[in-house]
Amino acid sequence: MERIAIFAVWFLVSCYAFAGPDKNSIQIKGSDTMVNLGQAWAEKYMEENSAEFIAVTGGGSGTGISSLISGTCDIAMCSRTIKRKEIDLAKNRGVSPDEIKVALDGLAVVVNLKNPIENLTVDQLAGIFTGRITNWEEVGGEDKKIVILSREVNSGTHVYFKEYVLQKNDSKNKDEFASSALLLSSSQAIADEVAGNPSAIGYYGMGYISPQQKAVHVALDSNAEYIAPTIENVVSGKYPISRPLFLYTNGQPQGLVKKFIDFTLSPEGQEIIRQTDFVPINK
Amino acid sequence: MRKIKEFIFERLILFSGLASVFFVLLIFFFLLKEGLAVFKTVPIGDFLAGKNWYPISDPAQLGILPLILGSLMVTLGATIISVPIGTACAVYIAEVAPEKIKNFLKSGIELLAAIPSVVLGFIGMVTLVPWVKKIFHLPTGLTALSGSIMLAFMAMPTIVSIAEDALYSVPKSYKEGAFALGATHWQTIWRVLLPSASSGILAAVMLGIGRVIGETMAVMMITGNAARIPQSILQPVRTLTATIAAEMGEAVVGSEHYFALFAIGIVLFVFSFAINVTAELFLHKDKR
Repeated sequence: MERIAIFAVWFLVSCYAFAGPDKNSIQIKGSDTMVNLGQAWAEKYMEENSAEFIAVTGGGSGTGISSLISGTCDIAMCSRTIKRKEIDLAKNRGVSPDEIKVALDGLAVVVNLKNPIENLTVDQLAGIFTGRITNWEEVGGEDKKIVILSREVNSGTHVYFKEYVLQKNDSKNKDEFASSALLLSSSQAIADEVAGNPSAIGYYGMGYISPQQKAVHVALDSNAEYIAPTIENVVSGKYPISRPLFLYTNGQPQGLVKKFIDFTLSPEGQEIIRQTDFVPINK
Repeated sequence: MRKIKEFIFERLILFSGLASVFFVLLIFFFLLKEGLAVFKTVPIGDFLAGKNWYPISDPAQLGILPLILGSLMVTLGATIISVPIGTACAVYIAEVAPEKIKNFLKSGIELLAAIPSVVLGFIGMVTLVPWVKKIFHLPTGLTALSGSIMLAFMAMPTIVSIAEDALYSVPKSYKEGAFALGATHWQTIWRVLLPSASSGILAAVMLGIGRVIGETMAVMMITGNAARIPQSILQPVRTLTATIAAEMGEAVVGSEHYFALFAIGIVLFVFSFAINVTAELFLHKDKR
């Protein structure tokens, strides 16, 4: 009996000890687009500061923000700006999100290697993804039905693409993704489906471009030049679909969080951004 | 001392027995509490019969008709595939198979039940999906049919093992009587055994369906998740379960979207409750 009591006490104490705030670790959560970047930062950072521990997990920008609001992470990675609704909700919970712009990302539109399409305008993209254009013939391709691939709604990439390509950054424009769009759960799933399906079209961050898919050159309108999604074109602002990437913290970053964020903005941190195929913000 | 021990254990067992019922009630009330809140802003008719599911738009469109139909389509497909095969398999194991093959088949089916659904989904994604695309000349293989086939595999172990039990529980005298009247083995199975085990087999089917409609991971991976009212089984669909799983992480706690996902949970709960009650009714009929 006594033994059981001792065990119970020990158990409770150890639970408390593990659950208590760990001063040497940071939890980072959010955008799937930024997971690889976050991991690369964390590895390099921990190499230099071996006493500290940084955990990076994905789930989507919305997931990151809601974790920040509920207090289960210290830094939220976000591939879109925070929404009005999220700010209100955060304020209700006593959290004040602080925004730090860390990098730029070009959104690549990809098709299968067998697809003859090379160039598309933003208007054509909007037509395809809203379902007004349903056959590749209409944009100069083969007579094939277009299969639209999109990310799930928890993805910042999904939200950004909808607002800037489908709705052309016009808040009165209520265009939506076609209901026939397949919603896949990760950028990798889109990459795989595009690689294997000659009639598919999808989009994701530039970092996912590989030789198994063809990245379409995009022009703002039919008079403009068609631009390839490369780092140079995003830096120069020529590529029409690029977006900023953010880190959000609760209040002004302090202590360990500040140290980490300073690291991401340092030349070393910005070099890692370049290595993971994103575009540095401090040149 | 012994009496006290006895008493404590009896109470512990009683508590464990009540706990499961208690948890079901708790879950149900929690679902109701969170889910019903959505009907303050969206009328229940628009929610159940609305054709558009755009949860993150402004204003959000929360119509789950495409999701309900998606779930039903996948479930129906899986039932059509798994019921004949499952029942036939149960008949073979219970009546025809020699002892050795019987044991081999039984352990094989148990093994099938032990495969995690995410593994089945993954296998489906790399093998089944390209096949479906090729065979039916479709623009994409991520369709309701792919989901149905994969889910049929998952429903099969349930159907086989319960239908087999039902066949075993048919009194031996029925079979002997049929043989004595000069019936062949097949006539006996078809005219005597199957009808007398029918309520048990129906229960098996219902429990199999219950397993299918609640399945999430595999359908999310291979049905394409397009929230459109399906015109045929060769189109992508989005199921109720996949919607909850895919969007729960995003939904801001306390938002309309969040409540809507719980309301979907209520709809699912109602479905599986109805299915389980029906199965239970059939099973009881069998016992009497």
